[in-house]
Amino acid sequence: MAQKKFVVGCFDDEKVLFPAVKQVRTAGYKIKDVYTPFPVHGLDHALGMRETSLHTAGFIYGITGTTTAISCISWIFTKDWPLNIGGKPHFALPAWIPIIFELTVLFAAVGMVLTFLYLCQLAPGVKKHHFHKRATDDLFVMVLECTDKTNADDLKALLTSNGAVETDIQVAEEDWWFGTYDNDNENLYKQVSH
Amino acid sequence: MHIKYESQLREPLVYGNKTYAQVTEDIVRPIEAKPSRLWYIGFFIAVTLLMFGAYSVYREVTYGIGQWNLNKTIGWGWDITNFVWWVGIGHAGTLISAVLLLFRQGWRTGVNRAAEAMTIFAVMCAGQFPIFHMGRVWMAFFVMPYPNSRGPLWVNFNSPLLWDVFAISTYFTVSLLFWYSGLLPDFATVRDRAFTKLRKKLYGIASFGWTGSTKHWQRHESLSLVLAGLSTPLVLSVHTIVSFDFATSVIPGWHTTIFPPYFVAGAIFSGFAMVQTLLLIVRKVFGLTDYITIGHIDLMNKVIVLTGSIVGIAYLTELFMGWYSQNKYEGYTFWYSRAYLFSPYGWSYWGMMACNVISPQIFWSKKMRRNVFVTFFMSIIVNIGMWFERFVIIVTSLYRDYLPSSWSVYYSPSIWEIGFYAGTFGLFFTCFFLFAKYFPVIAVAEIKYVLKRSGESYKPEFDAIEKQQLDSFVHDHAHAH
Repeated sequence: MAQKKFVVGCFDDEKVLFPAVKQVRTAGYKIKDVYTPFPVHGLDHALGMRETSLHTAGFIYGITGTTTAISCISWIFTKDWPLNIGGKPHFALPAWIPIIFELTVLFAAVGMVLTFLYLCQLAPGVKKHHFHKRATDDLFVMVLECTDKTNADDLKALLTSNGAVETDIQVAEEDWWFGTYDNDNENLYKQVSH
Repeated sequence: MHIKYESQLREPLVYGNKTYAQVTEDIVRPIEAKPSRLWYIGFFIAVTLLMFGAYSVYREVTYGIGQWNLNKTIGWGWDITNFVWWVGIGHAGTLISAVLLLFRQGWRTGVNRAAEAMTIFAVMCAGQFPIFHMGRVWMAFFVMPYPNSRGPLWVNFNSPLLWDVFAISTYFTVSLLFWYSGLLPDFATVRDRAFTKLRKKLYGIASFGWTGSTKHWQRHESLSLVLAGLSTPLVLSVHTIVSFDFATSVIPGWHTTIFPPYFVAGAIFSGFAMVQTLLLIVRKVFGLTDYITIGHIDLMNKVIVLTGSIVGIAYLTELFMGWYSQNKYEGYTFWYSRAYLFSPYGWSYWGMMACNVISPQIFWSKKMRRNVFVTFFMSIIVNIGMWFERFVIIVTSLYRDYLPSSWSVYYSPSIWEIGFYAGTFGLFFTCFFLFAKYFPVIAVAEIKYVLKRSGESYKPEFDAIEKQQLDSFVHDHAHAH
């Protein structure tokens, strides 16, 4: 499997991270990703990411649930087995509203969560390459992919001058999300600088 | 970057001089330490209760519903009382995590994780009662609409009992998804601190390989917001539908239109009480008083006094309508079977009134709201009161029906009926003890998110900004006049 080289810069404050993101992007580098311990609002825009359309998917799943409920129940109660319940109408839409609502919510929620997991490639047992262990603790980890033209040392210097507390060069498998987190970053809590 | 901040007038949500690393340390440390002796004792008691419950259920399944002291007249006794009680408790978690998220209430971050866990366990307990009340529990799958060989004979979609099946199972599923999607980043935090191979492996599986990528966070935020938007009407619908079980039947005392809002308020009331009971213990045992602060307790007590008073108004409205409708059956149920102290079940009505309406009024006092011992005591009282409420609704409406020859005054539960109830406590606390030991009981990532805007040591930074904004506001408005 092809190996790829990454330059990693770690920041310990989101106030330092935002100007750094801007500087690095202005200098012409493409940021692969920033790994953060919590959702940092506005970072997706600072990185130039487009909005997620997950909520649109949720809406589609929701109306699927609505139509499933309406069509199933009305078919069952008017065509398949029209049950006489106290002489009341077979097509009793008001009485079905609770179930129609519940199925709308159920379809939307389950569908959205599965879509979320699929898009993020998350599942039990998946092992991804982790650039820094403290990315889930207190560090904001900026990762840039090196191309043939990239001078890694220049890039590291740029990151450091913009407030990175730690910089690093890492090599990972091309399909890096199937890497392993067991062996990387043995030097936890130690300042690494190559 | 522009950090949003909370006004100086608001209490800090996180006390102490915390950094992000310190937050992780404080919340994850109890998971990494060996369980205390107290934990083992509590867990042992919970499992014992669970075993007793399992034996009670075994007897009920083997010999039938006759093992309980139900009869033709009182067909829903402790069993359905307990069902409604547990479902009600299971409302606070989703209310805290969904409704308060939509209302942008920052204080939810300290308490939402444990409250959601409590919700899920409470709904699990609630589900046991209607399932075993069926008698032939091995045919429980008949409630699902599926093409079968009996015609196919379908379920009755017009029946509130079937609405309940859909409402409770949807509620359980959605709450579980909401809770677990919030847990993914925190499991990743625990995984990345793990000091043994086994821990790393187990929390690695539990975290689904979460990395903290910005794109993932963006989607995660979108997911949480939409799930909150879906859960808000859902949580209101669930107890509304439970109340339809009663309100759509022509039984005096049940056939009223105020049941849905009255039940929902009662559910929030009892749910917050149970959250208080559990969190007051958790914050002390795990040393999390900096995160689950007196301010949180104060705010939850405000919800308790509000919802308790709504429930109180509902009780009074019912009494008024019992007289105003001039329906003799309604009048008899409300003014004799319930409100008359010396009727056979009058004691339960007044127990309910004392616990739910009168005693929570103590929380109008700020001093009482901020008193841990008073809060703990009151949280137990409220839950007793809310159990009485369901008992009153079910038993006092049923025991004297339209046919005096089938009146049944002396209903008291059998030991196996009580054992089943005790067993659900066992189930609930077994789950809760495991949760408290192996799961981050506070949402670590969410606390970090609010830390720099609402943390005690960060708030003073915004003092100048706030003062400046206030000055310019005053300045602008002074000119306008």
